[in-house]
Amino acid sequence: MVRARGSLNADQVLRWLTQALLIVSPLIVLYLVLAAMKWIFNGDVTFDRQYIVQGIGQGSVYGALALALVLIYRSTDVINFAQGEMAMFCTFISWALITQAHWGWYAALIGTLVFSALFGAIIQRVVITPIENAPLLTIVIVTLGLFQVVNSFAIFIWQAQPKSIVAPYAKVGAKSVSVFGASVGRTYVGALAITLIVMGLVYVFFNYTKLGLASRASAQNPVASRLCGVPVGIMLTIGWALAAMVGATAGVVAAPISGLDPTFMQGLLLYAFAAAVLGGLDSPVGAVLGGFLIGIIQNVVGGSALLKDIKDPVAFIVILIVLMVRPTGLLGSKTVKKV
Amino acid sequence: MLRVTDIRTQYGPVVALDGVSVFVPDGQIITVLGANGAGKSTLLRSISGLIHPSSGRIEYDDRRIDEAKPEQIVKLGISQVPEGRQIFTQLNVLENLKLGAYTRRDRDGVRRDIDRVCQYFPVLGQRRSQVAGTLSGGEQQMLAIARALMARPKLLLLDEPSLGLAPLIVREIFQIIQAISREGHLTVMVVEQDAQAALAIADYAYVLETGRVALADEAAHLQENDEVRRSYLGY
Repeated sequence: MVRARGSLNADQVLRWLTQALLIVSPLIVLYLVLAAMKWIFNGDVTFDRQYIVQGIGQGSVYGALALALVLIYRSTDVINFAQGEMAMFCTFISWALITQAHWGWYAALIGTLVFSALFGAIIQRVVITPIENAPLLTIVIVTLGLFQVVNSFAIFIWQAQPKSIVAPYAKVGAKSVSVFGASVGRTYVGALAITLIVMGLVYVFFNYTKLGLASRASAQNPVASRLCGVPVGIMLTIGWALAAMVGATAGVVAAPISGLDPTFMQGLLLYAFAAAVLGGLDSPVGAVLGGFLIGIIQNVVGGSALLKDIKDPVAFIVILIVLMVRPTGLLGSKTVKKV
Repeated sequence: MLRVTDIRTQYGPVVALDGVSVFVPDGQIITVLGANGAGKSTLLRSISGLIHPSSGRIEYDDRRIDEAKPEQIVKLGISQVPEGRQIFTQLNVLENLKLGAYTRRDRDGVRRDIDRVCQYFPVLGQRRSQVAGTLSGGEQQMLAIARALMARPKLLLLDEPSLGLAPLIVREIFQIIQAISREGHLTVMVVEQDAQAALAIADYAYVLETGRVALADEAAHLQENDEVRRSYLGY
């Protein structure tokens, strides 16, 4: 008997409820923590609507890069520390296409996506495949080395001075949008829209496509995947190519906000990691949700005269707490090991 | 049919198979027995393309496959149920089955086959959305076999399906394997340490000892011969 796709059962409903609770509970915890802080610090910590809206705006940029991290982790089982630098490199390519080759913004975006896919695929074949059977630590260190190489290469080609880049959606409509009584720049609104679209695409890819399923399988158990006829090597290359494309999108979205120079992704990578760890390293929705939460926390902390100095390190603190309390993150799935 | 001729397979300097020849005619159940380290798993891995023999030939339906990639061998109709199940523990039962059908393009056929394997293994049908890692050992073995069947193979290789399972479950699984072989005209090659269970369903048997074929005879003869049973099969 084949179960019809649309039918519900108690099992499914329970799972959705649990997921909804997982999304809502950190917001409740956050509110309680901030209320407590407000009480302790006597009004210095405020929970302004502005912070939430601004936090979501900034958080969508963190979430965009976190999506690339999730994509590469879920499809290749590797944490890629060079993801930010690769994204930075591809963003410079888009800048070069616009300012030097005089392409339109959308044409440059497509060109950048194509470049980034090739970039990611080539790096996977040349740098990662030769060490694929090495211990995980070796692979991680190699990605750190890759970070350095890509960074130096970008500086060599484009020098260290910041370039300016404007996103087309920053010129459309009003300069800033008012949401729930708080204002947020339209660049952030564009960033949010793009991040949500990419999140949707990644989610559909992993959960509703044959290729996405094969990709997940290849990362979890390459031998069994081969025995099912899955070309594991090709799957890993596709994973890196897709992650590079998502990373490039994150870079293109972030550059108009933070300015384009070879270091602009470094700070962002840290927040993206915090977002991915908080949301669950294998959950695209978690990555974006984590991004929003990090953004909100940063804004609230930054708004307090007393605490504003820990605005940046607070991301580290979040990573630490998550790894101690719930290492799989809010929406990540627990690894099942049966003895 | 499958013809393995005089293959020598090694892991670096360690020779696991030293001139092994095996013939598997269509429609039969062949078993390869032997103690730990005899080379049984290496034989299956060589056939499936996970490792390539350094000399010798492997031919399936008169076509050489000893240099082929694992993906190509699956497409030729040879599926393996690997040692230790090797199911995708973090995916659910349905996803595991769908992966077994990765090389197929006929969506309707795949859907029908999912129902068919769930008829052979009803417990899988009841737990389609359950995460595979939470299944019991016997259920995982059934899932591994069902997944291999999803590729609609002509030759099914099984690597120690009895490993870690209770004797009752082992018997149930072997009976199902025999039934599947008869109904689907499926050729089966079972590598086993549990000689008794394997001989109960096999037509022909090979006994491997340190990388060589020590005995090859009809399963019935091996079962009847007390001395063979005691010295080679351990019962």
